[in-house]
Amino acid sequence: MIQLKNIHKTYHGGTELHVLKGISLDIREGEFVSIMGASGSGKSTLLNILGILDTYDEGEYSLAGTPVRNLSETHAARLRNESIGFIFQSFNLIPFKTAQENVALPLFYRGVSRAKRNALALEYLDRMGLKDWATHLPNELSGGQKQRVAIARALITHPKIILADEPTGALDSRTSVEVMQILKDLHRQGMTIVVVTHESGVAYQAEKIVHIKDGLIENIEEVTEQSRSPFTMNGVMK
Amino acid sequence: MLETLLEIRDTILRSKMRTAATGIAVASGLFLLITLLGFSNGIIHTMQQQSQGLALDVINLYPGQASKPYRGLKAWRYVPLTERDRTMTEDVFQRNVRSTSVQISQDNIYATAGKQTLSTTLSGVYPDYLHTRARNLAFGRFLNRKDMTERRKVAVLNEREARILYGHAEVAVGQLLRISGLTYTVVGVLKQRMEDYGSEMLVPFSTLKHIYNKGENVNQMSVRTRNITTVTQADSMENGLRRMLARTHDFDPTDKSAVWTWNAARDAQSVNQATNVMTFSFWILGLLTMLSGIVGVSNIMLITVKERTHEFGIRKALGARPWNIVRMVILESMIITTLFGYVGMFAGVAFCQWMDKNMGNQTMDMGFAQVQYFVDPTVGLDTCLQATLVMIVAGALAGFFPAWRAAKVQPIEALRG
Repeated sequence: MIQLKNIHKTYHGGTELHVLKGISLDIREGEFVSIMGASGSGKSTLLNILGILDTYDEGEYSLAGTPVRNLSETHAARLRNESIGFIFQSFNLIPFKTAQENVALPLFYRGVSRAKRNALALEYLDRMGLKDWATHLPNELSGGQKQRVAIARALITHPKIILADEPTGALDSRTSVEVMQILKDLHRQGMTIVVVTHESGVAYQAEKIVHIKDGLIENIEEVTEQSRSPFTMNGVMK
Repeated sequence: MLETLLEIRDTILRSKMRTAATGIAVASGLFLLITLLGFSNGIIHTMQQQSQGLALDVINLYPGQASKPYRGLKAWRYVPLTERDRTMTEDVFQRNVRSTSVQISQDNIYATAGKQTLSTTLSGVYPDYLHTRARNLAFGRFLNRKDMTERRKVAVLNEREARILYGHAEVAVGQLLRISGLTYTVVGVLKQRMEDYGSEMLVPFSTLKHIYNKGENVNQMSVRTRNITTVTQADSMENGLRRMLARTHDFDPTDKSAVWTWNAARDAQSVNQATNVMTFSFWILGLLTMLSGIVGVSNIMLITVKERTHEFGIRKALGARPWNIVRMVILESMIITTLFGYVGMFAGVAFCQWMDKNMGNQTMDMGFAQVQYFVDPTVGLDTCLQATLVMIVAGALAGFFPAWRAAKVQPIEALRG
């Protein structure tokens, strides 16, 4: 599903910052992968490149067989809309739109009619248990509810892959468990999921953990059932 | 498109204060523009109404005083105009003269009809008086060639005199009128003009000359020209007439006060120039007003775009193409501009109507004449349509730069929220 070959990325700010120093990674369809690392390790940059939100300087990236290189903004936008569902730490819901309108927004850019996309949005909200909250604005929802709205928005376009950037970063431990459960359920249904986190409890919910340090992959850890238990030292309990 | 409009409705309604602030700037701009145009129309209409009394192919000459000594003749002697000058003009300028006429008058005349008596001036005129003075008949007919040759005792009155003598202007035609012991028949009534002052009644030139035993001298000569199309040609015609008169009456041909002239073509040209200058300057004023409106809208849109950076980032992450964003911002700008532009336009039109009602019919009493100084200060439907077009274009222009900025927002912004 995702193939990265020797990806380099340098930021040219005041000083040159070589953030990614040659990342090669394969993520197969249906995999649930965590990318873990300390802040400044380059994990967010990697996620931005995976989400076609940022460009890379060197290497090769192909998403579901499509090479992602020197895309026009228009093309990149279409690829994002068709292939990727985003879940953000700060939810990134549009504050003046209701939950339903927020969920429906990606379909607006796909040219789906208002009635059809609103009906579909309601269906996805229902799947997240938020049907009764459809007409509420984001500031009337709790953190967990907001993130579930964001997940519904990520799913509505039937993406090939879900990219989650610290999905539990703004949530308490109970709702964190709920949100991770949703991602695990999606994984069980066959969705490819990539989660970026610095919390080991979240990372160990995945099948595979990619540890990143100083712009390089340190190691790739296969997660066993035992290490996933909340009662181990890497448990989800905070 | 409808989808985009519904999307924009959300954002406009979201920030009511901002929308209102933008709107007021545009509305007051349009209000000023329309009011200015109405104002200039009022002045232009006034000028046009006053210049309507001009027949463009007429040169009038009046007897004057020679200001310079010439060939042993003293300065400040009176230079007459005579009937012979008229016939000579026709002979000399055959190619450029359509017709000529002269006029004489008799002051301190009492005209009586029934019990009404009026003190007036009697003018003896030619049949082409209607044209050279650009007058219009209200009722009946004007004096004709037969009246002239037969020296008929017929008269044409102004509406005002007809009303005083007979009660109503329309019943005057065919009525009798006694002037200096003789009975005349009223054959026509002229439309009253605002700027006419004093009382005047018209009779055939030949009739007046005969009855009051006038000599050769006349008060005025009018020349209707032909084959004269430019102001330069009209000027040289005028100079030619002066030279001819200088030869017969022995005055310096460069002496402008010996014969007074009034050249309609040149007069019309200066009125036209004044109107054009005014239209042009009001357009410039209007466009500058619009420009400040555009800058205002553009500024506020820029601030909005900055405020919405995060939102645009989210939209782009979710698949909004740059064009989607550009279209959204420009349409929003156009909608705000047009919507509030119309509010301003209607206020402006209403204000113009109010001006028309309260000032449009006001006249200034100059003692001897009533002058209307503000005629129909309103704008037409065409101006409103033009203004609509201007608003739409202005809205698009105002939205262009902010839209470009918005389209440049990188979707990474969304993740930085």
